[in-house]
Amino acid sequence: MKIIVLLKRVPDTEAKILINQDGNGIREDGVKFIINTYDEYGIEEGLRLKEKVGGDSKVTAVCAGPEESTEVIRTALAMGVDDAVHICDPALAKPSPFTIAEVLAKAISEEGFDIIFCGKQGIDDDMAQTQSILAEKLDIPQVNNATVFELADDLSKAVLNRRIEGGDEKVEASLPVIISCEKGLNDPRYASLPGIMKAKKKEIRVKNLADLGFNEAPSSGRSRVLKWLPMPKGGECKMVEAEETVDAVKELARLLREEAKVV
Amino acid sequence: MLRDSIRDFAENEIAPVALELDEKEEFSIELTRKMAEMGLFGIIVPEKYGGSGMDYLSYIIAVEEIARIDGSQGATVAAGNSLGIGPLYYYGNEKQKEEWLPRLCRGEILASFGLTEADAGSDAGASKTTARLEDGEWVVDGSKIFITNSSSKLSGICTVQAITGQRSDGKKEMSCILVPNGTPGFEAKKMTDKMMWRASDTGELFFEDCRVPEENLLGKRGEGFKQMLETLDNGRLAIAAMGLGGAQGAYEIALKYAREREQFGRAISTFQANGFKLADMATEIEAARTLLYKACSLKDAGKPFSKQAAMSKLFCSEVMGRVVDSAVQIMGGYGLMKEYKVERFFRDYKILTIGEGTSEIQRLVISRHIGCFDV
Repeated sequence: MKIIVLLKRVPDTEAKILINQDGNGIREDGVKFIINTYDEYGIEEGLRLKEKVGGDSKVTAVCAGPEESTEVIRTALAMGVDDAVHICDPALAKPSPFTIAEVLAKAISEEGFDIIFCGKQGIDDDMAQTQSILAEKLDIPQVNNATVFELADDLSKAVLNRRIEGGDEKVEASLPVIISCEKGLNDPRYASLPGIMKAKKKEIRVKNLADLGFNEAPSSGRSRVLKWLPMPKGGECKMVEAEETVDAVKELARLLREEAKVV
Repeated sequence: MLRDSIRDFAENEIAPVALELDEKEEFSIELTRKMAEMGLFGIIVPEKYGGSGMDYLSYIIAVEEIARIDGSQGATVAAGNSLGIGPLYYYGNEKQKEEWLPRLCRGEILASFGLTEADAGSDAGASKTTARLEDGEWVVDGSKIFITNSSSKLSGICTVQAITGQRSDGKKEMSCILVPNGTPGFEAKKMTDKMMWRASDTGELFFEDCRVPEENLLGKRGEGFKQMLETLDNGRLAIAAMGLGGAQGAYEIALKYAREREQFGRAISTFQANGFKLADMATEIEAARTLLYKACSLKDAGKPFSKQAAMSKLFCSEVMGRVVDSAVQIMGGYGLMKEYKVERFFRDYKILTIGEGTSEIQRLVISRHIGCFDV
């Protein structure tokens, strides 16, 4: 079984994000980058599937991103992924989800696939679009926000739970399928020390746009990012103080009604 | 990647249970198994014996990251590698390596290094345990004390330093003998009521007419003392890493606290009394790290590193002493409470200026290296 896991290099959740001078990206100095947290669930699920199915099953990571993405790709290889494709081209700086989905679709088609796992969204720009556009491009079903994944014994279909408001929805999908992963699907493994050593010998196939048969970065031309703005500063905080709690609550209610005019 | 991965592991798997294990003075087999799954045993052992085949610096970074969270688990890993696996890997013959290393690297069992005796601490030459060859068997008699990883259910084998005769110059002939746990005549008793490393396993070992095959000799007969000195050189780097990691951990806790804690209407980190303390802590930690990594790079390059190993062990352990003292001081009353963690670091630090050669012995080694006695 040919398993593809998608991964994206994103700033660490604990990183302090500052917008760069041009307002079209973030300042990367001093920022630690990690595998997109939701993609890690996909990697783990892919590895578990390979361990379950056995045989000549293989897990290939596919990542589109700048040169520095090598480090997160190596981390995925250290977790146990067999090999990787790194789509890297200067023309892909600050791509739209459409562009990324288009190049991923090409690279994944060249690799061949039975099942694709990815995170439900990137934790950096939170667009959550690539998976759906990719499903469309590859003309395969998509199941998103998966919290449980099982493969039928005859390998013909996947049975999943997907997280919806207030509960889970149980769905069935034929293969090949793309599955976007939600927190709770599994506990991703750590990159072990032997894993880190083995990863050094694993192959990363680097491809640029020309290698994938594109003359220029594909674009839908329908939307583009104009500018990044910093988080608006929070307003002044007013402390309501009184001897008795009940008086403080009365004062708070008065302020909400007369000053803030929200109640 | 190595540091990140071990840091994640330590923060997620060790940190949540460290306080409880310390409190209960419990050596956790489950946690040791998890550390083994991470590949924390046999880090420098080649892949063909089941190890990771990494360099010494990688091993030291691993110990540093574990010790940043918990000294006890750091001790289990440091002793497991430096004292347990080390002698077998460096001095064992092919058969011994094939027999023991894969199981040790998988963490199925732990090995220990039986050197210290009740009356032979810094004066290791004063040890009394003997091994005599009789009908193709070594007969071991004597006892050992303060031996890490020697008395739990996972303890599988002990490298025992024993007197095997007299050299032509009249001195004792020392050799290392491999004695598997469970051999008749070998009793390992867990030592309890420790001040520090309470979640690590420390044992007292008794050998009485304990017989093992002649082939259990490690390396050549009479090389025990040399093997011991080399093992301690290597071990010193790991103890230094424990000091460095512990200092880093305590410093981070104190810094976070000082930035959040308000007194007199402002964060206490903005008072110079605390800010300067934290600046000194950060500076000493950086210096300690540089010294230790230099010693490791010398070892990895196959160059002499004995002097730098002693310096690293001395400096890193004493830096941790100063750092934990400042950390507790900055945190005041809270620093004395177990819940705020630095209390554990404060206790765990003290072993580091004592175990594997006291600070005094390190200064003696260094003073020899710099020529104080060549007069």
